[in-house]
This record gives sequence, structure tokens and C-alpha cells, in this order.
Amino acid sequence: MPAPQQRRIIFRHIDEPGYTNDLACYVRHGGYEMLKKAVAMAPAALIEEVKKSGLRGRGGAGFPCGVKWSLVDRKSGKPIYLVVNADESEPGTFKDRYIIHQDPHQLIEGIMISSFANNVKQAYIYIRGEMPHGARILEKAIAEARAANLVGPNILGTGYGCEIYVHRGAGAYICGEETGLIESLEGKRPYPRIKPPYFPAVLGLYQCPTIVNNVETLCHVKHIVEMGGDAYAKIGTPNNTGTRILCVSGHVQKPGYYEYEVGTITLGELLNEVCGGPLPGRKFKAVIPGGSSAKILRFGETFTLKNKDGSSRTLTVEDIPMDFDTLAACGTMGGSGGVIVMDDSVNMVEALANINAFYAHESCGQCTPCREGSLWMKKITTRMVHDHARTEDGALLKSVADQIAGRTICAFGEACSWPTQSFVAKFGDEFRAYPETKKAAKSAGTLELV
Amino acid sequence: MIATPKPDLVTVNVDGKEIAVPKGTNVIEAARLVGVDVPYYCYHPKLSISGNCRMCLIEMGMPAVDPATKAPIMDPATGKQKINWIPRPQIGCATNASPGLHIRTNTPQIKDCREGVMEFLLVNHPLDCPICDQAGECKLQEQSTGYGRGYSRFIEHKNVKPKRTQLGPRVTLDDERCILCSRCIRFCKEVAKDDVLGFVDRGSYSTLTCYPGKALANNYSLNTVDICPVGALTSTDFRFKMRVWFLKQTNSIDTESSVGANTVVWSREGVIYRITPRQNDGVNDTWMPDSGRDLYKIVRANDRLAVIKVNGADASLDEAVNAAGRLLQSAAGAVAVIGSGRSSVEEQFLTRKLADALGTSTQLVSRVGQGDGLLISADRNPNVRGALVTGLIKDLPTAKLTSLGAAIDAGKVKAVVVVGEDLAAAGLSATQMAKVAIVYLGTHGNATSTAARVVIPTLTVFEKNGTFVNQQFRIQKFLKAVPGVAGAQDDLPVLARLVAAVGGPILPGELHTLWRTLAAEIAALAPISFATLPEAGLLLDGAPYAAGPFVETDSLHFNPAAKPAVTT
Repeated sequence: MPAPQQRRIIFRHIDEPGYTNDLACYVRHGGYEMLKKAVAMAPAALIEEVKKSGLRGRGGAGFPCGVKWSLVDRKSGKPIYLVVNADESEPGTFKDRYIIHQDPHQLIEGIMISSFANNVKQAYIYIRGEMPHGARILEKAIAEARAANLVGPNILGTGYGCEIYVHRGAGAYICGEETGLIESLEGKRPYPRIKPPYFPAVLGLYQCPTIVNNVETLCHVKHIVEMGGDAYAKIGTPNNTGTRILCVSGHVQKPGYYEYEVGTITLGELLNEVCGGPLPGRKFKAVIPGGSSAKILRFGETFTLKNKDGSSRTLTVEDIPMDFDTLAACGTMGGSGGVIVMDDSVNMVEALANINAFYAHESCGQCTPCREGSLWMKKITTRMVHDHARTEDGALLKSVADQIAGRTICAFGEACSWPTQSFVAKFGDEFRAYPETKKAAKSAGTLELV
Repeated sequence: MIATPKPDLVTVNVDGKEIAVPKGTNVIEAARLVGVDVPYYCYHPKLSISGNCRMCLIEMGMPAVDPATKAPIMDPATGKQKINWIPRPQIGCATNASPGLHIRTNTPQIKDCREGVMEFLLVNHPLDCPICDQAGECKLQEQSTGYGRGYSRFIEHKNVKPKRTQLGPRVTLDDERCILCSRCIRFCKEVAKDDVLGFVDRGSYSTLTCYPGKALANNYSLNTVDICPVGALTSTDFRFKMRVWFLKQTNSIDTESSVGANTVVWSREGVIYRITPRQNDGVNDTWMPDSGRDLYKIVRANDRLAVIKVNGADASLDEAVNAAGRLLQSAAGAVAVIGSGRSSVEEQFLTRKLADALGTSTQLVSRVGQGDGLLISADRNPNVRGALVTGLIKDLPTAKLTSLGAAIDAGKVKAVVVVGEDLAAAGLSATQMAKVAIVYLGTHGNATSTAARVVIPTLTVFEKNGTFVNQQFRIQKFLKAVPGVAGAQDDLPVLARLVAAVGGPILPGELHTLWRTLAAEIAALAPISFATLPEAGLLLDGAPYAAGPFVETDSLHFNPAAKPAVTT
């Protein structure tokens, strides 16, 4: 059976010849019609449509967007803020950047609809520090939209006003964590806040109720308005609605970004058919399906999952549909959609050393387990690849990771420990054999620089 | 006493023990009440909750209710309401008591959590306790013994960070020892209102530092040393001077101002090494000013008086008392008594008796500075209110002793008894001082002691027992930390003998006995004895003196405009 076709909703115009990121081009392609439609609707009705759509956050956690909006404290009398998380810092993820670079007005329209639905008067786009070009594009697009009364004090003559500000980060992974992002937006170190009591929906930016949504999530809101919540919910699979962008990187013939209805394509179809399979003469060894913090899957392993009717089914890695729930049931996550593929040329100890170096560098340092554990794990894997590996290091790595996950202020604890936990669990043999592997490579003169 | 919980109390269950606590009490404090230790580093009861050390992880559960009917779900095995335990451990410091909250601290998961955090805190911490100044009062040392695994699995290199950074004039920082709990940062921001500390760099390389171009120089900087749970922040004055376990702790009072911050004096073999704050939630919480910590240096100061003098010659106490008695009696009717707002209540009482016997009244010397709004008030005398309570004075002291100077010039005063004050500093000229015969009781030399006919050296606050009445009319006691320097005389017997020498009553010169007289003669002190006066002090009724005018403005736990809002 051939792989299903892409269904490009968010990426409809990405890479389209002649499509430019200015307002005129966007309007020519039907842009801002949905904002006009939305401001004629009741805000509560818009929230209801988003709830009906079943849209789940595309930032990583997959939290239902409508539920997030309905948790916002609307009785406090404080202003409600919308913060757009454009930090896109999860390794292996490169979807928001394309939206910002090639179709910024789609994002702005999504922001304005969402702001109108939630009575937001000020929205902030928190963009990753490493994306200066994206920030300039957004500034220009917002200026265009403001000149056309699509952003600003009186949108489309309705009397409703909302301003959008672009705020550049300074280059820290932790700023993608919503409370860390809020702290950074307030001008402080991005130390994630303790929850309770600081849930953004109640005590967010400037201690006011705040909605933090991913770029892709907000773009979907525009299309929900276009087709209606019920119709949108029919795309994809139940509880995993809509489309999502999968960013494939690593050892495949055709890496890139692909937009599919959620759950309609399996990992095997994606890698073998869409991405053209492994590089010549190579075999797939492992895949991280949702950004580098997701747990790794080893080709060849199988998963026995329970069906709703009580029966069970067995899946290989290739069989796993790319939706939130099945990936979670297989012990990993859909995360941010960053699919990282490794073939049999990769030594898993060395791959983990790379990931651990990243997380040790990015731990904010606020709470003990993550601060000390992430660096300790990095020191272990670095030592291993620098000729001082011990057979017991794999077990030690796992034990250190176990002491982090679930005990930290924010999800970084899981993000930094899940790779180690899963690498050691699934490739324990490689970790145990690594001292010998290294010795053999050295004597054979094929030692590579890591 | 509490039979049924009051409306604002909620019942929580800690390791199977039920306790009623005020709603909102955090789990650490609730557990403390039932004798369960929840270890922590970053939490401090007087600072905001940070939740970063993760040492206080506990298991938390709430009674199960049916989501539809809100009816309790019972556990058939126990017959009690079922508890829904949250699988993830929660931090105790940020978990507040709510009705039915259940806490477990003794499970394998929590043991593992604590061992994990202890191990993480130690991987980059120098394991050189034998040469660390914090050893003996280090939370890391204590809790690694109590909650750690006792062995190391860390074979990598430890991080290298700056050692011996001078954060300010009084605080030295060892960044390698810092466990990044942020207590000092929160203290500077929230209490001292001098937000100069912060972290730079990320992850395990995070480093505590001062804002560029600034220094940790505020007058409360040494409190960061007190609350530092490890040996990162140390007192430049105290570090490496003495092992803390050799030091004797004596409760005392900060004599800098009428706030009366509670302190502990740390001494060994008659030598004081440091002064730290003592918790009193009605006065100073857990803080004290840096300036008050230096005061011990007066004990061994170069100008300390240690020899009794009569007309410039060395004398015995008998000779001095007799000489003073003769001198004062011969000037009968023309004697002035200058008392002190730095004297204890007991000394002020005996000074009053001396003035009574001489048929004169007493004046105090006022000392007024700028209040800092925290723990130093405008009135720099620690015990002006004691002088009011003991009847030593009726009116508050004025800036200078101008009326005394005028009386001397007019020949109306021929002899002056001075207790612990310097007439020159109080505005008298050398000529005026030369016109009168001075009997001086004091600890340190000054122009008055030089001019005095009789000089009797006395004890500093660290060398004797007594009480002060602070700005809240709270009577608080201080205790003798070290023996008096050789030659210095205990104030009370000296004053009692002087009273007798000028023909006054025979009064006890011993503190506890004297307190019986005090209690008998002064209604406000009637229910009190020195021995039973509580550590936190007792509030006296300040209403009779409400007219003041006192010079104090707002400070921590004291708001003169809102009298009588002060509570114990």
C-alpha cells in the first residue's frame, strides 16, 4: 500500500514558487478572511469551536488547546496575555521557523483570532535568539498588518484592539518551557516557576492570566475557524485531530518537513517511502520520534498495546502511527514532531554523548537534580568516548537519570533523563561493550573524532 | 488544649499522625509539629518559597471523592476514606495544608529522592569538611549523614569555580561550596531591599556573584552568612578563627538601638568570637544588623577601664566607695546624677535609688540616629523605656545636658555621679567638668573618666546579666557570656554600695535578689522574676508612657503609628 499523501494545511504555501511573505501576497491567497469571520463571532463561540476541534498543542506536550484556553482565569479582572512560543529549541525540530520565514501572516492571523477569542489586548511573540532573521520578518509583517488595521487599537473597525510585540530570546533551550519563557519575557533569568502556585493560566506573565501557545498550534486556529471545529476534528484520527508537521532529520535519503493528518502515516511509511529509506548500504538502527528529549525507539523492537475492546495488538517500530497517543503507549512521545533517524553507522554511546552535552549545556541550573545530574551524565558519556569507558557506566547513567526524572521543577528533568534512560534500556549491550569497541577501533586505526 | 479544631485550622496527616495546623501551613512546618523531620536547604521560614533544592520531596495524597456525587470513597480494607496518592513526589515547602491532606515521608521513594538529591549536591561540592569553616554547622554535612548514601559513585572531575571572592566588606564567598539554594539572593531582595546578588552562567556552572560594580555592603549582609546552609558565604571577620563546636552560646541582646534584636554570643574560654541573631518572631525574626555583630570588640578594647582610681591613684573598691560617699554627702543638695539609656533595668533601678538617697533627680543622655526601617531604630539607646519603667526618669532625654551645664555654671551643682556616659560628648565643656567633683562608673575611658575624682570600671553587656526594655516595651534579658576583664567591677553591687554609702537603704547587689525588690516596688514588673522571664521577652504595658514623645519610626514588627498593634 503506498504511503498516504501529504495534507498541507499549515504548510500550504511553503516553498510555493512566487509565494512571498508580504501582506499583499497573503491577502491574495485569501489571507485575513478568517480574522474577519472571527471578529463577527462571539468569543465564547470561538473557544467552543477550538474545543470541538480537539486541537492538541504542537509544542511538545500535546495538551488540548481548547482546555488550556478554558483554564484561564477570567474573573480576576487582570489583563489576559497571549504568549506565542516561537522558541523552537528542541533539537530536531524546524517547523515554526518555516512558518515564520515564509508565511508570517498566517501566524499573525492565528494570533489575532486567538487573542480576540480570549479577550487578549497584548500578545507577545517570544522568538528564539538564534532566529534574528525570523524576528525581522515578523516585525515587518506586524507593521504591515498594523497599517492595514489587522493589528492595533481598532481591528477591522470593530473597536477591538490587540497589539503584538516581538521579543527575542538570548539563546536558551529552557526559554521554550512556558514559565521559563515568561520569566525571560519579564526580563529575568528564565528559571521555570514552581507549579503550584504559578500556573500560567492564573499567575503567568506579570502575575496575570496568560496563554502560552506554540506557533504551529496558533496557525491551526485559523483553519479551525475556516472549516469549523467539527469538520477539523474529522481530520486525522480520534483524539489526534488535524495535521501535524513532521521534521525528519538524520540518516534518510530525503530529510525535510512533511505535513500529514495526525496518525494516518506510520513511522515506517514516513521513513521508507516518504523519506526514501536509509542511505545506500545502510540499515535503520534507531529513531527518536519527537525531538531529542523523546525516548528513542530501536528498530526490531515490538510493542504490545491494548485495544479499546480489551484485545491486544503487536506493533513493530515501522507500524507505529505518528500520533500522540500511540507514541505515548509505545513509551515515547510525539513531542515537537522532530524525527531523528540513526542508521547502523551510529554508535549509541557517542550519540548519547552528543545529546547529553546539549542538555548539560542547557540546564538552567535552578533545581538540584537536573543541574547536577545533566552535567554528571555528560561527564560520564564524554569520559566514555574519550577512552575511559567502564562496563558499569551504562548502569550508572541509568541510575543518575532515574534520580532526575519526576523530581524537578519543570519538564527539563524528563527531557534530559529520557534519552539516557531509553538509550541505556534499549542499547545496554552497546554500552557494556563500549570499552572493547573503543579499544578495537583504536587498534584498527579507525578511531573517529567525536 | 485544642480539643476541636478552630475554624482556621485544618487537619493533616503526616506519616499516619494527625495534626491540626493553621490552613496554609506548609508541609515542612506541619511535619515539624509532629516531630517528623523533612530535610531542606533552600526553604527558609522568613523568605519566599523557591523550591529549587528538591530535598523536601514528599508523597502527597488527598481523600478520594466520587467526582459525580462528591461523596467520600471508602477503602473497604481499612474502613476509612480512600487516599488518592499522587505518584510524583511533591516539594514540602510549596505544599500547603488543606483539609485532609495526607503526607508520607518514610517511603522507599522518598528515601531514594533524598539520597539522589544528596548525591547530586555533593558531586560538585568540595569534600574537604576538615578544612571548611562551616564544618559543625553545615546542613550539607548533617543531612548527608542523615539522608545520604554514605559513598560516592562520582569519578569525574569536579567543577572549578572562584574561591575566596570578597562579595563585600564583611562577606567572603567560596563558589565551589555554593549549592545554589538562592537564600542569600532572596534575603537581599526581600529583607535587606538591596538586590545585588544573583547567579550568572547556566546549569552546574551557575555561579553566585554580585552585580558588576556593586558590593554586598548593606548593614545586613552578614545575615546571608547565617542563612547560607553550607560554607559558601562566610564572615570575613570570623572565618577560620575558631571551630564552632568549641564555642559556648549565650543569649544576649543587640544594644545598638531600642529595637533590641535578640542575639547569641559565641565564646570560648572567656573570649568572644562572634555574635549571631537569635530568632524572635516578635522582634527581629532571624536577622540582625552587621554593626551589632562587631560590638563584642568593646570587651577587649584598648581604652577599656580596669583599674579603680581615687583622685588619680589606684584604689580598692572599698576606698573608692567610701571616697565617693564622702564626696557626694559633702556636696549634699548640689549633686546631679547622670544615668544611662544603655544601663540595664536593674542598674537603672539602683541609679534611681542613688538619686533618691541624694535627693536629686536623674537625667539621661539621648542618642538619636537615623532609623533604617528594619532593625536599627532612631533611638540608639537600648533601654530608655527601662528608665521610664523603673522611674529613673519621667521625661525623655534631650539631646544635650545643657541644663546641667547651666547649673554647674551657676554653682548649683558641685558633684556629679555619671553612670556610663561621657559628659564631654553630652555637651559639657572641660571648664564645666573641672568645676565639679565627678564620680564615674563606666567601661571605657573618656574625657569624663579622665576628669573624675572617683573612677570605678564596670562591666560590658557581655560580662553581666540583666534586662532591657525595647521600643515595644518588651522586657528582654541578656546573659553573661564571658567573665569580666580583671579589675572591672559588677555594676549592681557597686551601685548598691554607693546607695548605702550616701545614707540610702541597704539594697541587694545580687541580680535575682534585687528582682524581688524590683517586683515589689514597681507594679509593671510585679509578675516577673529574672529567672522565669521567657527567652522571647514579655510585653509590658506601654500605655502610661504613650505620650512619649519617642523618636522611633517604623521598623520590623514595630509600627509606632499603629499602637498598640504589637503582640507577643
